[in-house]
Amino acid sequence: MHAFVNYTLDGLSVGMVYAAVALSLVLIWRSTRILNFAGGAMAMLTTYIGLSLIDRGANYWVAFFGALIAGLVLGAVVERVFVRPVENKPPINAVIVTLGLFTLIEALAGMIWGNSKSRSFPAHFSGNGYRVGTTRVAFAPFDTFIVVAVALTMVALLGLFQYTSLGLKMRAAAFEPVVARLQGIRVSRMLTLGWALAAAAGSLAGVLVAPRILPLSPNYMDDVLVYGFSAAVLGGLDSPVGALIGGLVLGLTREYVGGYVSSTYEIEGALVLLIAVLMVRPQGLFNRIAPRRV
Amino acid sequence: MLEISGVSASYGPVQALRDVTVQVPDGSVTAVLGANGAGKTTLLKTITGLLKPQAGTVVFDGHDLTSMKVEDIVRLGVAHVPEGRGVINELTVDDNLRLGAIWRRDTADRKTALGEMYDLFPPLAQRRRRSAFTLSGGERQMLVLGRALMSRPKALLLDEPSLGLAPIVTAQMMALLRDLSAEQGLTVLLVEQNAKSALSIATTGVVLSLGQVVTTKAAAELAADADLRHHYLGF
Repeated sequence: MHAFVNYTLDGLSVGMVYAAVALSLVLIWRSTRILNFAGGAMAMLTTYIGLSLIDRGANYWVAFFGALIAGLVLGAVVERVFVRPVENKPPINAVIVTLGLFTLIEALAGMIWGNSKSRSFPAHFSGNGYRVGTTRVAFAPFDTFIVVAVALTMVALLGLFQYTSLGLKMRAAAFEPVVARLQGIRVSRMLTLGWALAAAAGSLAGVLVAPRILPLSPNYMDDVLVYGFSAAVLGGLDSPVGALIGGLVLGLTREYVGGYVSSTYEIEGALVLLIAVLMVRPQGLFNRIAPRRV
Repeated sequence: MLEISGVSASYGPVQALRDVTVQVPDGSVTAVLGANGAGKTTLLKTITGLLKPQAGTVVFDGHDLTSMKVEDIVRLGVAHVPEGRGVINELTVDDNLRLGAIWRRDTADRKTALGEMYDLFPPLAQRRRRSAFTLSGGERQMLVLGRALMSRPKALLLDEPSLGLAPIVTAQMMALLRDLSAEQGLTVLLVEQNAKSALSIATTGVVLSLGQVVTTKAAAELAADADLRHHYLGF
């Protein structure tokens, strides 16, 4: 029982990180129908930017928000410079571009920050589990921070999309770009903004997961991206709520498989779950198949 | 005044418009008629910039639209209701309506306009929180018309608004367009296959065939010309 509780708590914390990655992928998929294979590398790059700030004496919060702002800027730049030319082209073009970016960014980070040097990203909150009675559970103040930070980000984004004019413009641009342009909406700006917000959500995941990884190296987001991708697909790719649920389900699966089976099968467990769900619901858990009027 | 002068346009190798000239005076209702494939939809697309013409110019109130972006053309006061109507099914009725005025700075008047649209189209007011997907054909037409009017346009371009509507609903809509034009000075450019109902409210009729203007005449004259009607208008 004690082990089950610990696996569950661990799963929730790591699941929220996957949810943030999944959210980042979903925001991009919704607005541009592109799978961003560079999502993990972009998050890694901004985390290293945060780490550089710390190296220069900045405190944790400057590095934290610095990484998120770097994410916003990087997302906008990537959309404008690399993605814009392949929007409305065959999907394979965008796949190649984002895969190319993934390789490029990881290589650049390796050149700048070094592949071998042992580094770590500090955790501002304690990583020691809370004490319950005489034992410690596998949930630390830093896990609380992870859950709260991701939850707040999701609520903020939901508020933006559902209750503001800007959010309405972004949704219209995502669903029906031509119709949106005919309402005077600058659709290309909305797409840039969508990529910026998505990349910032990815950066959040990158910064939150980094302290767990020792040593930190430029490919540390690769397997996080695999889980995030699985979470996004599980949730239906179109649904931010699906991204959250998908992330939590993947996080829990990972910890249960790692705990009860073997930690070498964690990723296989996640993929088996993904395949099983897709066999029953090919559209994912939360994607309504849009009925078409004929 | 909307002036289309010598416009040619194509989709790849397919020539859709050839040297088309149409003048739409302020406050008039002009009907563009013709069979499927005559170039009616293409004409509207070249006006709002969805398709760039290969030759010719489109001028509205002294602005050359040919080099402008769609969203800037809309902001000059040209509202375009596309064929198939462009309801965004994923959004609520209210969101769809609000989109029409969303680029306008005057937020107070955006609210006023929204109230006016619900007064003008009571069925929409009853369904404002519902998904636009649930609307009937007639209600969808009200929605896109209302959305276009939310921007307080000077010119309204409509692509086959009668498509799929019951005759009585079509008649109501035509009457509304006539009133808007007469009372508020709205300039209407109406593309229709349903020539009879379009000519019932139009001041001028333009007949297109295979991308070229066959004739431009006063609507009454056009409706009285039995030869033209038989050849091009199907009634």
